[in-house]
Amino acid sequence: MKKDLLGIADLSDDEIYRVLDTAEAMREIGERPIKKVPTLRGKTIVNLFYEPSTRTRTSFEIAEKRLSADTLNIAVASSSVLKGETLADTAMTLEAMAPDMIVVRHASSGACHLMARICRSRIINAGDGMHEHPTQALLDAFTIRQHKQRVDGLKIAIVGDLLHSRVLRSNVLLLTRLGADVWVSGPPTLIPPGIERIGVRASTAVDEVVAGADVIMMLRIQQERMQGAYFPSLREYFNVFGMTVERVKRAKPDVIIMHPGPMNRGVEIASEVADGPYSVILEQVANGVAVRMAVLYLLAGGVEEGAHAEAAA
Amino acid sequence: MDADRIGRSLARIAHEILERNRGVEELALVGIRTRGVPLARRLAASIRDITHHDVPTGALDITLYRDDLMRHAVGTQPVVRSTDIPFSIDDRRILLVDDVLYTGRTVRAALDALIEFGRPRAIQLVVLVDRGHRELPIKADYVGKNLPTSMSQSVQVHLTEIDGRDEVEIE
Repeated sequence: MKKDLLGIADLSDDEIYRVLDTAEAMREIGERPIKKVPTLRGKTIVNLFYEPSTRTRTSFEIAEKRLSADTLNIAVASSSVLKGETLADTAMTLEAMAPDMIVVRHASSGACHLMARICRSRIINAGDGMHEHPTQALLDAFTIRQHKQRVDGLKIAIVGDLLHSRVLRSNVLLLTRLGADVWVSGPPTLIPPGIERIGVRASTAVDEVVAGADVIMMLRIQQERMQGAYFPSLREYFNVFGMTVERVKRAKPDVIIMHPGPMNRGVEIASEVADGPYSVILEQVANGVAVRMAVLYLLAGGVEEGAHAEAAA
Repeated sequence: MDADRIGRSLARIAHEILERNRGVEELALVGIRTRGVPLARRLAASIRDITHHDVPTGALDITLYRDDLMRHAVGTQPVVRSTDIPFSIDDRRILLVDDVLYTGRTVRAALDALIEFGRPRAIQLVVLVDRGHRELPIKADYVGKNLPTSMSQSVQVHLTEIDGRDEVEIE
């Protein structure tokens, strides 16, 4: 493994499969009466969250604790960031206390890359702005593989706010590498220009994108990142792009419906679909812990030759 | 050791297990991955042939309990495989099965892993080969064969289920 996991590009094909296979073994630990193994005893992991997060932070923390790491959470609301400290200074301050890993969530794309250059600690990107969220994509791939036994050759429809979505980027990079046929759909204002260049087919015709899909992945409308009027109203968005029971019927009969959460019910997804028989949304949450345990375990090993160069520079 | 000797050793061990434990009551087999697992299954089959009783059988992966995991963090982490113990180990007599007993460190890790699943009445150790050179105070209860070796040698156990043939080699 490289020193850090900042994006899907940091993983080789072998390493992607190793994460997914290891997560398979990690899942069993969560089913034991004592859900803990001593593997990361004595390792310190800092969870540094500059953005609100419930499921990702909780998921990382549970994963860390199940591996017996010492964890501490820094929520920005209670840290010296509010007193004006820069990200680089925070990184150097944390670095001085020598944690083994730092899990970073930040509103700016590339924030974790800056930290990775400064810190000897291994950095895991838990979401940087509109850029990447690699562990989410890994848990999505894991969930797909669990249901379909493969990713290769599947038609995967991703629908929603494509523009602001780091989940989309990481998923497209990962799922296309695993051989999936990825289609995306959303309002024209929320489709980044040139998105076809990362290997997907884009269309505003959501019914066409969903037709015959093996997997439908919904993306949240990220109102907190929207500073303009991207569509007339949430009600109209739901009417045109929302995932309804009727729309799901266009997909394969054994389609699975995914959502990285948090969901806006009645905006991108109807409650009947979110709670319906095709939904694997809560499985995604459960699998998140196993996949993050796998990533933490594999990153705790040695650094590949040459992978330290960036940190030393 | 060839296939015949391996078969005879396992058959003898199955009888010893039944004699020592006075039957199959409360017994369960747990094989240590990788090659302890098919050995545990074979012992379960032998015990079934003798007693017409099924003994619950599980598989244990000790990777996450190894004492050398984070000490020399170079290269790739060892592969973690699934542990599968589909029964409660509480108050059972657990027969822990592995192919080769050497330093004893694997067994130490397996004991740590096993007691996280409950509180067995007893844990007994079954190995196909004991090659000596213990680094921990650990002793097997049932041994297929004692093989005196030097530390520079390596003992390879091949089993049909995994390697396509039954054989124990010293290299």
